[in-house]
Amino acid sequence: VSRPVDRSSVARAVAPLAIAVGGFGVSFGLLARTAGMGPLAPIVMSATTFAGSAQFAAVSILSAGGGVASAVVAAALLNARYVPIGLSVAPSLEGHAFTRLVHGQLVVDESWAVASTGDGRYDRRLLLTTGLVLYVAWIAGTTIGAVGARFLGDPKKLGLDAAFPALFLALVVPQLRNRRAVAAAALGGVIAIALIPVSPPGVPIIGASAACLIGLKK
Amino acid sequence: VSPGWTVVLLVGVATIAMKGAGPVLFGGRELPSRLTNVMTLLAPAVLTALIVTAALGGDRRFEFDARLVGVAVAGVALWRKAPILIVLVAAAGATALVRAVA
Repeated sequence: VSRPVDRSSVARAVAPLAIAVGGFGVSFGLLARTAGMGPLAPIVMSATTFAGSAQFAAVSILSAGGGVASAVVAAALLNARYVPIGLSVAPSLEGHAFTRLVHGQLVVDESWAVASTGDGRYDRRLLLTTGLVLYVAWIAGTTIGAVGARFLGDPKKLGLDAAFPALFLALVVPQLRNRRAVAAAALGGVIAIALIPVSPPGVPIIGASAACLIGLKK
Repeated sequence: VSPGWTVVLLVGVATIAMKGAGPVLFGGRELPSRLTNVMTLLAPAVLTALIVTAALGGDRRFEFDARLVGVAVAGVALWRKAPILIVLVAAAGATALVRAVA
């Protein structure tokens, strides 16, 4: 049973999110260019991956001199949460398997949160509408950033390398919902610090993912 | 194929598969709760590692530089509930300022 949703309330919920996601897309386009990507690759990445934190992680590792494997594994680890998230919305998505595959791509943290009816169910129309609006905002923002980057100067002089850790900080805060999440975050940080001096860039992030195993504890 | 395009391709395929797996294969079935617990903790663990490596990581060594000022400014901005774009501009601006002065 999904609650009735009128058009104006959808717009009120989605508009601020679309502005935020668009701005976030601009920063992704800019930072991807500083990592040595051409203008097209970041736009294609936003169209196919549509998951901000994983895209930033991959680009950040590439720009730090980490290898392709580290960048891909770190991004995949960050997106692994979409397996349980996808399962949670599965009952709300109907139609042909291909339709469900496409609709599943529109699920991002924000659209998932907006569409939650609070009883473990998801409003299909709200999920797809929000997802689609944010998808367009994300690609539009990325395009502006990726194309506009050439008009900026030296990224280091502009302090853009500090935008990466600042962004990850902004992304981790809403994740710290309970003590277990805080513990996993702290342990992940400690593992990364221990591995930085002894392993190539990218590896400390993959090693830190082992901190999630504290979720096995009852 | 450049490293950038390889990453775009592989991350795209992996993400499409992970986002689509639930809706396509499992229609309504639940994962064991212990597995869900582990997977939801991946994001905080990996994000903190990304903060640490992006703020102090060099190639097999620590690099302490003006980025740290930017991260501190970002922390204050987040604490004051600033929107994400303002947080990023503040972090980059503070770092650029320290570099310009130093």
